Amino acid sequence: MFGVEEDWLAEPKPRCLVLEDYVGLTPRWCPGCGDHSVLGALQRLARDEQLPPEQTVVVSGIGCSSRFPHYMKTYGFHGLHGRPLPVACGVRARRPDLHLFVVTGDGDCCAIGTAHWIHAIRYNMKMTVLLLDNQIYGLTKAQTSPTSRAGQKSNTHPYGATLEPLNPLTVTLGIANASFVAQTVDWNPPHVYATLREAHRHEGLAFVRILQRCPHYMEGAWDALQRDPTGALLLTHPDGIPVDDAVARTFRNCLEHDPADLKAGRDLAARQDVVPIGLFYRNRAAGRYDQATAAGLGMSASVRLKNVQAQIDRFLI
Amino acid sequence: MSSQASSPTIEVVAQHIVEFVSDSGEGAQTAGQMFGSVSARMGNGVWTVEIIPAEIEPPHRSRAGASGNRIRIATEPVTNLGATADVVVAFNEQVLYSRIDVDALRAGTLIFLEDAWASAPEEEVRRAYAEALRDFEERGYRVIETPIERECRKLLDDPRRGKNMWCLGLLCAIYERDLAQVDIELDRRLGKKGQGVLEVNRKLVRAGFDWAVENVGFRFRVPVRPSTEPLVVMTGNHAVALGIMAAGFDVCAMYPITPATSVSHHLAAHFHEVSGFLHQAEDEIAAIGFALGASYAGKTAVTVTSGPGLALKTEFIGLAVMAELPLVVVVVQRGSPSTGLPTRVEQGDLLAALHGAPGDAPKIVLACSTIEECFHFVITARKLAEEFRCPVIVLSDANLATGQTPFRRPETSVEWLAPPVDQSPWDTSVRPYEWDSRTGLSERPIPGQRGGEYVLTGLAHDEASHVAYESATNQRGMAMRSRKLVTLQRSLRPPAIYGDPTGELLVVGWGSTRGAIEEAVRALREEGASVSSLTLRFLSPLEPGLTEIFRRFRQVLTIELNYSDDSDDPDVPRENRRLSQLAQLLRSHTLVDVDCWSRVPGVPLPPDMIERVLRARLTLAGKDA
Repeated sequence: MFGVEEDWLAEPKPRCLVLEDYVGLTPRWCPGCGDHSVLGALQRLARDEQLPPEQTVVVSGIGCSSRFPHYMKTYGFHGLHGRPLPVACGVRARRPDLHLFVVTGDGDCCAIGTAHWIHAIRYNMKMTVLLLDNQIYGLTKAQTSPTSRAGQKSNTHPYGATLEPLNPLTVTLGIANASFVAQTVDWNPPHVYATLREAHRHEGLAFVRILQRCPHYMEGAWDALQRDPTGALLLTHPDGIPVDDAVARTFRNCLEHDPADLKAGRDLAARQDVVPIGLFYRNRAAGRYDQATAAGLGMSASVRLKNVQAQIDRFLI
Repeated sequence: MSSQASSPTIEVVAQHIVEFVSDSGEGAQTAGQMFGSVSARMGNGVWTVEIIPAEIEPPHRSRAGASGNRIRIATEPVTNLGATADVVVAFNEQVLYSRIDVDALRAGTLIFLEDAWASAPEEEVRRAYAEALRDFEERGYRVIETPIERECRKLLDDPRRGKNMWCLGLLCAIYERDLAQVDIELDRRLGKKGQGVLEVNRKLVRAGFDWAVENVGFRFRVPVRPSTEPLVVMTGNHAVALGIMAAGFDVCAMYPITPATSVSHHLAAHFHEVSGFLHQAEDEIAAIGFALGASYAGKTAVTVTSGPGLALKTEFIGLAVMAELPLVVVVVQRGSPSTGLPTRVEQGDLLAALHGAPGDAPKIVLACSTIEECFHFVITARKLAEEFRCPVIVLSDANLATGQTPFRRPETSVEWLAPPVDQSPWDTSVRPYEWDSRTGLSERPIPGQRGGEYVLTGLAHDEASHVAYESATNQRGMAMRSRKLVTLQRSLRPPAIYGDPTGELLVVGWGSTRGAIEEAVRALREEGASVSSLTLRFLSPLEPGLTEIFRRFRQVLTIELNYSDDSDDPDVPRENRRLSQLAQLLRSHTLVDVDCWSRVPGVPLPPDMIERVLRARLTLAGKDA
């Protein structure tokens, strides 16, 4: 319309967000790093779900994967090593309107931040938690992580890691009030995308472990699995991660697993012979702490003031 | 005591100190608080201090188990716990020793002591009691053996529950308290438990009162001066909790830690009435992380802790400084490093609050010097945190936290409840750290504000919040964060001086020692001594004009409740002498030769002790002249 600014229109055009609306700074991860794939999946998900960038928050800790928020064009919180979950819980506490994602690594989540991991699962506040697990400390240059396999050589264990790795899935599935636990692999972008979408739509804390390649320090760690997909076990179910036939065909081994079955989910998560991929457990009825934390948000200032006065008057003599 | 009900002698005193001590769980604390409240309501100045054992159920009849209350009442307002007790009610002789150990008694102190132990079935108990009686006599205490349990048994099967009320009645008779006021207090505290409980307690109070009328031949009269304004009585921790509510905080995230925890107890019960939420986190770090997340998301957040918790929160406080997020951290100080003296008082966290972080992390630090300030400073802190976009630490301590005193009912304002910012679109030409070079101030976008999307980072960053390792960017970021303190200092007034603005000796203090310092200074000034004092509320930035003020006195001395080497310790070379914390700060800022005197007794410094210290300084100065 000539002479009239678009903003003045009584019925503005519906907002249409495109991929570029979510693209932040150029990633500085190494070429071939699995984080690129997850970033692409999240940006596509945000576009497909038309998440307003100003209503979207990505919280991370410290580590390679925790650079993630810088590469999104949303609100971001690149905080302290091991502490993204308390921050995210605080963000969520009084902001039910925000779309909230947490990106953490195996050092961030499973070592220095372990206490918060356990309790955040228990709080079950609505957010999507992505554990980018490359089984090594990358940013500090090749130290053993809690998920490093026994025998893994690193700068802190030049003769090989002495301990068996911690299994983030069995740990998470062992925590009271876990409500969504899935695993995917960075080199299968359609499955990553489908998993993130289910996670984002979950009404509670969705925990997604993403097996992630680190070509720099863990070169070839997942080569065998990539070459021979029989090492993987795709979990399928109408209530699981939806996969189309093309994706399913890339996995030779499929297993129908009902994500309502916690015990079966735990058994699957503990399997050492195959790498299960898909949704282990989903409980839509799990209690959500964010429903408690957001209580009273609509209370008017006048009521609040009246009640403050009453509180003070309790101490009158 | 013989029956002298007809004409008791009345001693009129300007102030008196009463103590209630019992085994833990016998209710001396409740009775003491009630005596304090009744006295306040009648128009006395009051300060009460809890006597707390470190354990929940310590052994009976043990020194470690003493639990109770000290109540100092006066005609004038009272600001501190005072010196030695005038009257003590003790449920056994062993708990009294814990008070003797901290010099709470003196020759002449009157003790109402439970006499049941004289006829206890166990021989060792009878012996211990008899030995103590002899010892007390040697120490010059005036012991009145009192049949507390025997009298209570007339009304109760188990006198362990209820003898506190009988003793409250006894004290009410001796101090001529109005029993109608006790009834109001009983109603308030026990009303919920039903008429039956209320009635038994009323009878016990009455019985204690009547026994004293019948058997005690003296009264103490502390003239009252009823207030014309409405007054409230509360502890410092209650004041902090009310401050949190009045300041409009959305979230208080905490982890239980003595002596800060009772703030959360109060909030847990009432915060929802003002739409707030109390989060009990999995640890101290998570508590501040949660608060900071809420603050980042545009909500107002506070965390409450004590020294060990402050240590754990350090990294997040640094992030709040670096990322310029508003946050209020209330630190209720306790004793010693490490676990130390959890229930006791110390002012040992000043430098930790100021500097206890890696790198340079400038932040605002306030210290409450009265219980009333515990309320108001929380509100001030929220305002400062938002205005200056940084963490604000509010220091309180165990003395303020557990002490109770009446003060004018605070006014509140609806403006205090306003959210920090709205959700209107952000001007995209303004960067998230658009620092004003002169003030260091900038505005922050909040999730939900379209056009303000930025990534907060703890890494060195430029105005756009982009990670920047360049030397000049880092220098500028550090300068801008530091500049904010200069800006705040410019808006502050020089501290008020208690006494003359010039003279021989200036005493400088901070925090809860204020009342005792001013009482000591007042006593000396009445004798004509040239001594004044001042209390600092702002420790970072410091209040302006200190150098100028200090130069007007021949000596400047800090009095503090933290550790320093004594100035006359022959084993400590002068240049290696470790100074108290405020003294270090003042010397470095003013280049004035500020001296210090400090102690770490775990209990508040009584005014008479401070008076002796100051007197020695003044006498020495007199000899020099």
